[in-house]
Amino acid sequence: MEILLAITIGALYAAAFYMLLRRSFVKVILGLAILSHAANLFLFTVGGLTRGQAPLLSAEENGPAELYADPLPQALILTAIVIGFGVQAFALVLFKRVYQSVGSDDLDSLTGNDSEL
Amino acid sequence: MDDSTTDDTGRGNDRPRLGVAESLLATIPLIAFLVAAYLTVTGRTLRLVWSWVPSLQVEASFQLDGLSLLFCLLISGIGVMIFVYAPGYFRGHRDRWRLYTWLLLFMAAMLGLVTADNVIMLFVCWELTSLTSYLLIGFKHESEKARAAALQALLITGAGGLCLLAGLLLLSRIAESQELSTILGAADALKQSPLITPAIILILLGAFTKSAQFPFHFWLPNAMEAPTPVSAYLHSATMVKAGVYLVARLSPALTGVPLWDNLIVAAGGVTAVVGGAYAVRQYDLKRILAFSTISALGCLMLLLGLGTKLAIEGAMLFLLSHALYKATLFLVAGAVDLGTGTRDIRRLYGLFASYPLLAAAAILAACSKSGLPPFGGFLAKEVVYEATTTLSGWATWATTIVALLANACFVAVGGLAAVHPFFGKPGEPSVVPHESPPGSSQLPAGGAARLLGWRLVFPPVVLGLLGIVLGVLPSVTALYFISPAMSAVMGQDIGVKLSLWHGFNLPLLLSVLTVAAGVGIYVQRRRFVAWVDAGGILRYAAEGGPQAAYRGSLALLKFTATWQTRILQNGRLRLYLITVLASFAGLVIAAFLYRVEYTQFGKLLNLRLYELVFPVLILAALAMAVTSTSRLAAVCALGVIGFALAMLFVLFGAPDLAMTQLAIETLTVILFVFVIYRLPRFATLSSRGVRIRDAVVSLAVGGMMTVIVLAATSAHAPSRVSQFFVDNSLAIAKGRNMVNVILVDFRGVDTLGEITVIAVAALGIFSLMRLRLEPSQVPAEAAADRTETTLAANGEDASSPSEQAAPDKPSATGRGE
Repeated sequence: MEILLAITIGALYAAAFYMLLRRSFVKVILGLAILSHAANLFLFTVGGLTRGQAPLLSAEENGPAELYADPLPQALILTAIVIGFGVQAFALVLFKRVYQSVGSDDLDSLTGNDSEL
Repeated sequence: MDDSTTDDTGRGNDRPRLGVAESLLATIPLIAFLVAAYLTVTGRTLRLVWSWVPSLQVEASFQLDGLSLLFCLLISGIGVMIFVYAPGYFRGHRDRWRLYTWLLLFMAAMLGLVTADNVIMLFVCWELTSLTSYLLIGFKHESEKARAAALQALLITGAGGLCLLAGLLLLSRIAESQELSTILGAADALKQSPLITPAIILILLGAFTKSAQFPFHFWLPNAMEAPTPVSAYLHSATMVKAGVYLVARLSPALTGVPLWDNLIVAAGGVTAVVGGAYAVRQYDLKRILAFSTISALGCLMLLLGLGTKLAIEGAMLFLLSHALYKATLFLVAGAVDLGTGTRDIRRLYGLFASYPLLAAAAILAACSKSGLPPFGGFLAKEVVYEATTTLSGWATWATTIVALLANACFVAVGGLAAVHPFFGKPGEPSVVPHESPPGSSQLPAGGAARLLGWRLVFPPVVLGLLGIVLGVLPSVTALYFISPAMSAVMGQDIGVKLSLWHGFNLPLLLSVLTVAAGVGIYVQRRRFVAWVDAGGILRYAAEGGPQAAYRGSLALLKFTATWQTRILQNGRLRLYLITVLASFAGLVIAAFLYRVEYTQFGKLLNLRLYELVFPVLILAALAMAVTSTSRLAAVCALGVIGFALAMLFVLFGAPDLAMTQLAIETLTVILFVFVIYRLPRFATLSSRGVRIRDAVVSLAVGGMMTVIVLAATSAHAPSRVSQFFVDNSLAIAKGRNMVNVILVDFRGVDTLGEITVIAVAALGIFSLMRLRLEPSQVPAEAAADRTETTLAANGEDASSPSEQAAPDKPSATGRGE
């Protein structure tokens, strides 16, 4: 499974960076979203895959850690998902404003500063 | 002093009196001088060590042996005279305290340089002298010439200093110590190491640039833009001798290595001849002296390169006598410049009547420079000739001729710089007519010269007299200065006996020949200059060539800087990203080629059929998102990726992640769908070539990530922290869901930070939505027009959906957790 996921992660990263390298900034935002997914899956896979065993303790006894999926990467990813959403939402609205103000979605036309608007 | 020069109080308001501090400046070098003199007379060697950077084995260690003490005496002794002279020279100058500060800083750095035992300490002091030299040459900073000369000196000696650092580090690596005393003790290890060749080349680059050896000599004449006291101190007596000091310091270990000897002898010989011949064709007093300094430095290098006992003896004697007479001549030149307003020897003559004491000092110095008995210069020259004539084979001939040429030029320079300004008549020495400056017919009469204070006269007279003392008391000179210094250079105890009279022998004959040749050059200066200029080769070697090379390399540097800035700092973030990604991929490839072994792939293939669905789904959705021309289709594909990811989380024991992912993905898709139609359609802006390039880079990085995941999972060890959460989640935090317990309890503050980020993002979104760009707020009118039309086209309610989405978000994420 790890091999398959590794390929998937590679594809996610490749697609994300390809989109980030586009001139049209709508595509850049999509790239940002994909990059966030890529990073999450990367963390999840590298943290170790465990089938089925959620990190939930029973009331009676606590077994050894090997019984459960590692909770630490999960906590990290949970944070990353939420932060990633904040970044995407902000980028989306920022680009929308820029487009409204400048009237172009070509990043190459945005290399100047205020005085060149 | 004499009546005409002591009266410095009744000059009127244009010559303000000196303050107490200014008039007592010379006590600072005097203290250093007395310490050095005490150590010299008692014959003690000192070693002082302080801990500096212990983690790098760098210590602030200083060692005072004969060679260091000789230099210390010169630096502090001439320093005393400079600090007596400078307040007179700069009387009332606005920036004089700045100059004094730099001069004192320079003196401290120079003393540190010649006493440092740690190579790092040596390097730091070395660069400090370059830096203070830069500041001092550029003292007249309103002058563009002075600034250019200062920068040139800094670039050349600074670059040499960096080479020196590399060379010294190589040496300390071979000898496994940063202490020079230890390095010099490891001579055998040094000579056998393959690193010795680069080390020698680098160290000599440092020494040659600092000591103005051909072809790096050209910065020194240009450095004459500095005020004359600075030239006298830094650029004749002390700083330019740092390279000579370094070569002498390393001689015990490196003499006998052919590369070391040959490079030094070759550079020194060429420098001695070029500098000497070129000095004679100058008209500016200071440039004459600068070129003759270059020649003298060449002689010193040549002698050190020969490395025989006699040659070292000659070098030490010459070092001492040269510092004394050259400083004298510079100080005289400065006083004459101040008195008459010119340094052009075509306009200076017959000043003896005005400045009898200066004339006396100059003549003393010139006699020492010409090597006349009983001056120090005579002692030095005799030993030098003895050294060159006792070599074997063609080396004898070559070095003797070089020494003869250089010394003859010194005689002529002595005539030009000391005899002519005071005793010459108009038209002497003969000059090439068309090179006469305009106005040379209005030569200053002797009586028109300004009166000079004792501060300008006393130092050169003292230094000039010391030149005689050296020669008259040869046994003292030998005992206190030459023997200890030679012992340090040769690495063994050596006692030297000097005497003025050696009987009629070959060196004496050569001396007579030298003086005759020198007088001949002086008298027939015009012919000599014509001969020197013949073919323009010497002129090219001395000035044109190296200057052109310097300018060329500067232009190349600027061009390269512009070029690489244009390539790397092009203002397009996309290209920066490509650079970062390509570097990342390259570095990872390199690391994996060397480090990683792939062994445990077998267990990674453990796959269940139903699990295949979601990765395949992700890959398909990716293909769609990247290639789709419809914005909505791309957003849908994005949603598919997110939901498939959530399912993977479910399959592999992460229900919390799955829930959060589902909630957030839903929100994201809704947000995108609302906003995406306010955004432009997908456009293909890049050319096919650019897209292929981007695809190659992206695929390389993606491939790298795949390899990293494989490497990491094949070597995965269970986290040691996990057991802590298993043991403590229920016991301490009273929670069964370990992920939740981590987020809200063990790492609760991190979650607070995360919520803050979301809140800030929400605030940012909210204010972006509320922002109405008034036409007046946009600077360019054209932009304002554009904004208005866009707003009109989009309608006023353009932002409302996202505005509603934004405040929702923090609560939504709160639920997700």
